[in-house]
Amino acid sequence: MTTVFGVPLQALLGQVLLGLINGSFYAMLSLGLAVIFGLLRVINFAHGAQYMLGAFVAWFLLEQLGIGYWWALLIAPLVVAALAVVIERAALSKLYGLDPLYGLLFTFGLALVIEGLFRWQFGAAGQPYATPDELVGAKNLGFMVLPIYRGFVVVASLAICLAVWLLIERTKFGAYLRAATEDRTLVQVFGVNVPRLLTLTYALGAGLAALAGVLAAPVYQVSPLMGSNLIIIVFAVVVVGGMGSIGGAILTGYALGVLEGLTKVFYPPASSIVIFVVMAVVLLVRPAGLFGREG
Amino acid sequence: MDARRTDVLPDVTPTRSSGRPALALGLTLVGLAVLIAAPLFVYPVFLMKILCFALFAAAFNLLVGYVGLLSFGHAAFFGGAAYASAHALKVWGWPPEAGILFGALVGAGLGLAMGFFAIRRQGIYFSMITLALAQMVFFVCLQAPFTGGEDGIQNVPRGHLLGGFVDLSSNLNLYYVVLGITAFGLFAVWRIVRSPFGTILEAIRENEPRAVSLGYRVERYKLGAFVMSAGLAGLAGGTKALVFQLATLTDVAWQMSGEVILMTLLGGIGTFAGPVVGAALVAALEHYFATSSFPVTIITGLVFMACVLLFRRGIVGEIQHRWRR
Repeated sequence: MTTVFGVPLQALLGQVLLGLINGSFYAMLSLGLAVIFGLLRVINFAHGAQYMLGAFVAWFLLEQLGIGYWWALLIAPLVVAALAVVIERAALSKLYGLDPLYGLLFTFGLALVIEGLFRWQFGAAGQPYATPDELVGAKNLGFMVLPIYRGFVVVASLAICLAVWLLIERTKFGAYLRAATEDRTLVQVFGVNVPRLLTLTYALGAGLAALAGVLAAPVYQVSPLMGSNLIIIVFAVVVVGGMGSIGGAILTGYALGVLEGLTKVFYPPASSIVIFVVMAVVLLVRPAGLFGREG
Repeated sequence: MDARRTDVLPDVTPTRSSGRPALALGLTLVGLAVLIAAPLFVYPVFLMKILCFALFAAAFNLLVGYVGLLSFGHAAFFGGAAYASAHALKVWGWPPEAGILFGALVGAGLGLAMGFFAIRRQGIYFSMITLALAQMVFFVCLQAPFTGGEDGIQNVPRGHLLGGFVDLSSNLNLYYVVLGITAFGLFAVWRIVRSPFGTILEAIRENEPRAVSLGYRVERYKLGAFVMSAGLAGLAGGTKALVFQLATLTDVAWQMSGEVILMTLLGGIGTFAGPVVGAALVAALEHYFATSSFPVTIITGLVFMACVLLFRRGIVGEIQHRWRR
């Protein structure tokens, strides 16, 4: 059997794949956080709760209404984005002139409420969500066995990240968004409806989190706490990548996911803290983050 | 944008002198008298819980209220110290005063290590970094052999103070010891804020670039304040371990960091009495919901949102603001 540094190749590749899957979620979530922060100057602590909401909407659609995975991929992000519009209009927009810390504290409270409500209704235990029929099974690639759904998650998240990148870098909406990130007042003077742009951006970020939640539902269990456990790691990912660049957020997400997977192979006890250690090292060497702009 | 940012929590600018020293002294003495008489009317263990949280929140407020740094990782110092004290008291058999002191030192040491990294960034990044580093401490506590994993350290002996002189297994005896510790901690915060060191901290909060241009090594002052805040939070955590004879993962989890923020925000960031009032209210709230199946986080989350949207000065801050007008 082939081994790498004394570890069977199969096990190594298996953990790299798991790391890639975790990294897919890190990438999608830190991407949404970066887009929201860039324009709104709000660190969206509720991002994890919105990810959890996405998974729960998918679960509810399947269990109660018999609506399957593919429709859930469309409906869940829309539901969560609609909710985000209400939150932004009713509350977040009142906090824009203030210290950004208030946005963090408000969304933290929001996350506590959402998670508390779901824990009250569904308990802390997870609900299983079946893998869609089309993606059940595994493929033997010769050097490893690849569960089809897991491969699908990696490909889908790459496609989603690419789509968001194109949306921001290559469309008119994206151009407005980037311009408003640089100078909001000037863009408003040119006749762009900036308040609506802010609302749409928050909805976009929240919808992205919900989409990630639907993708995650068959991999992890659908549970009220699935988001809060993830969001702190995503914060560390964001600090490592720096929030200045969309591409940087995506790349850092995947890279740290794989690094975490590799740590699981070579020194399992450190796997839960390796990302935080990387964060500490990056803070020493490049405080602004790998892709961040100093200043 | 970080270096230019000087508008830290702009509409809750605390003042160091209330302008009415006699009134402040009078209120402090009345408060102390109430606390001395309180165990005659209220269950002492509940009061001790409030006192521990009041000290914890006051320590947290030292950083957010007077330096403008919002730490999202103070559970690491509180919980880390609780584990350290519990271990010293139970496994090493140390007397209670040494055990609590050890907890405070461990809290300060953790503060030095975490502060070293965290003060490299300001504002929102500082919050995220402290949260992430505290989560690292949580995972270490989850896996380390001496913390007892999910069970925590249970049945910590309360022991005897002053070489066997005061029996702390009596709730009433312990209450007055805890009151003394909390009063000492609050006095320390008050002294720090009013010292020349505190004046420089305030200058950093108001305008960091200007403090730099005046020749102050601001990172050293920030780190100093961070370590003091962590040490006092550790004092609170160690005391808590002695009172409840317990140190668990709850003390070190991120929810605890959120709770101390809530206490301070609710009472009033940058006010001296705010953290104490906030701690009493949050502890009472949790006590009320402890027996119901309704998750208290829904209520605390709503209070969070209401505080941020409606009264950012907090209860004490709002009273002071109206009083002055």
